[in-house]
Amino acid sequence: MPLFAGTAFIALIAMCVAVPIGLFSGIYLAEYASTKVRKYSKPIIEILAGIPTVVYGFFAALTVGPFFRTLGESLGLTVSSESALAAGLIMGVMIIPYISSLSDDVINSVPQSLREGSYAIGATKSETIKKVVIPAALPGIIGSILLAVSRAIGETMIVVMAAGLAANLTINPLESTTTITTQIVMILVGDQEFDSPKTQAAFALGLTLFIATLILNYIALRVVKKYREKYD
Amino acid sequence: MTKEQRLKKRYRAEKRFKMYGLISVSLAVIFVLILVQNIFSKGSSAFSRTMIEVAVNYDSSLLELEGPINQNSLKDADFYDLAVESLLKIYPAKDSKEERQILRLFSPDYEFEIKDFLIKNPNKIDQIVPVKITASDDIDQLNKGNFPRDLPEDRRRVSNYQLNIYDNLIEKEKIDKKFNNYLFTKGDSRDPELAGIGGSLMGSFFTIIICLILSFPIAIMASIYLEEFAPKNKITDFIEININNLAAVPSIVYGLLGLGILLSVMEFPRSTPLVAGITLSLMTLPRIIIPCRASLKAVPPSIREAALSVGASKFQTVFHHVVPLAMPGTLSGTIIGLAQALGETAPLILIGMVAFVVDIPSSPVDPSASLPVQVYLWSEQAERGFVEKTSATIMMLLGFLIVMNFIAVYLRQKFEKKWN
Repeated sequence: MPLFAGTAFIALIAMCVAVPIGLFSGIYLAEYASTKVRKYSKPIIEILAGIPTVVYGFFAALTVGPFFRTLGESLGLTVSSESALAAGLIMGVMIIPYISSLSDDVINSVPQSLREGSYAIGATKSETIKKVVIPAALPGIIGSILLAVSRAIGETMIVVMAAGLAANLTINPLESTTTITTQIVMILVGDQEFDSPKTQAAFALGLTLFIATLILNYIALRVVKKYREKYD
Repeated sequence: MTKEQRLKKRYRAEKRFKMYGLISVSLAVIFVLILVQNIFSKGSSAFSRTMIEVAVNYDSSLLELEGPINQNSLKDADFYDLAVESLLKIYPAKDSKEERQILRLFSPDYEFEIKDFLIKNPNKIDQIVPVKITASDDIDQLNKGNFPRDLPEDRRRVSNYQLNIYDNLIEKEKIDKKFNNYLFTKGDSRDPELAGIGGSLMGSFFTIIICLILSFPIAIMASIYLEEFAPKNKITDFIEININNLAAVPSIVYGLLGLGILLSVMEFPRSTPLVAGITLSLMTLPRIIIPCRASLKAVPPSIREAALSVGASKFQTVFHHVVPLAMPGTLSGTIIGLAQALGETAPLILIGMVAFVVDIPSSPVDPSASLPVQVYLWSEQAERGFVEKTSATIMMLLGFLIVMNFIAVYLRQKFEKKWN
């Protein structure tokens, strides 16, 4: 149980970072940015998706973790150097491009006629986006967020390196928690017999993870696909 | 509220909304820059290595050689006494404790470095020659300025006595920096100054080659079949949904698969690039099939109809016309898939590539590490020297990924035809 709570908790922190930044980036790139800005900033944001997760883990463990600890000390808080906050934050940064690219795509595929209809009755651009474009693109955006959640749940290296190992039922983001993936790694690194109960527990955790992400992906892909067909 | 006020409010909301977007984009871009800058500033110093020049007395009587002096007898000789004799002369020592501190200024491999120098220059025997010897990690970090000198002595890794020697050597200009070739030629080591990524580089290379050999033909054949030959029915729909889902399954699950099937049922050797390559190719397959199918789909039906109308068979149409036209897209998809596989860590940890391997692997069935696993292993080490080594490894890894992605983009832009 602490494992699932930890997984969900870190994923939640990650989504708190990734959803606003990713969504607003997607909207800005699709609706406001000039072609030049778009041409350069889109690939740069997508670099974030191409960086190996072990690099994020290293960065989270060596730079962000200690940074939060010193920050917390100066504010009079005790922050564990392997905090859920550091891991979740970095994980959120990692999944920004998943949300921004996909929502950029779906916003672009909203037909221009809807926007023009809105402008014609006097709405400003942001009102059009908020009242017309986003509701029309909502299924696709939700699909992209679900895909990002499934990425966050299955992410291993960042949590292994930055979030600590102790299973801890907590909602304090400054303490260390652990996740399903970390637990699998911890059980299986080292030499165990293949039929020991611990190994079987790891495989059971892996199966749970597999099924959870499969369901999320299935729903997300269905939603995205169904939506795409609507305007074709 | 008057009409004008309302309008002003709406325009302010408009500006605010635009600002949010701009801030988000800049945040994402700034984060990329911070990450890259952080890694590079930490890692760049790993490319140089501190050397200490020592006058080595190649006294043949200390070598206890039997018979004539030649390459072979020198290779078998024990250089420990000779090395210690010369190293201790760099600074006066009162007792054996201070002597040990002097020896700790050098990397544990000093004996072999002195030996290698003589084997390369056999005519220097019985002469006093200046030889440059790799400094220990502590001195290396001191010389690179990563080391606070003003801490109290018991919290420092370098004693006052060693600091005196270091300052003395600096004055005599005996300390030098040179390009760190060990970083590329040596395998893993417990001593940061001797650790290199040679082993993991070869491990990654073998892994990627095996992954390419296994996944590329299967992926291309599968996508050709699905796109060109397979009937459109429930079964192919089901396969398509499955492929899309498999591409999004967490990589650690593939690691479990490799562990459960390849290692425990089929009993492949642990920690080898062979198993890693097979596991990663399972993971990469769906990720290659998707872009391959997309690029086959992008070839317009008119090409197929034209070929069929001049009497080509279905097979000829596909392999003489459709596949060559789709090649740039398939190749770039494959390269991007392999780049993802190159950076993958979690499945490799599960199949036991975290073992400490000193030797550089010479074949895919030798145990080895790979670049991302090396990053993971070194990041767990406490020594300051491993931080810069880890960052340097990340720089290499990112370098490879950038080159691979660049090739993929280039292939797509240069050779892909636009059908309109």
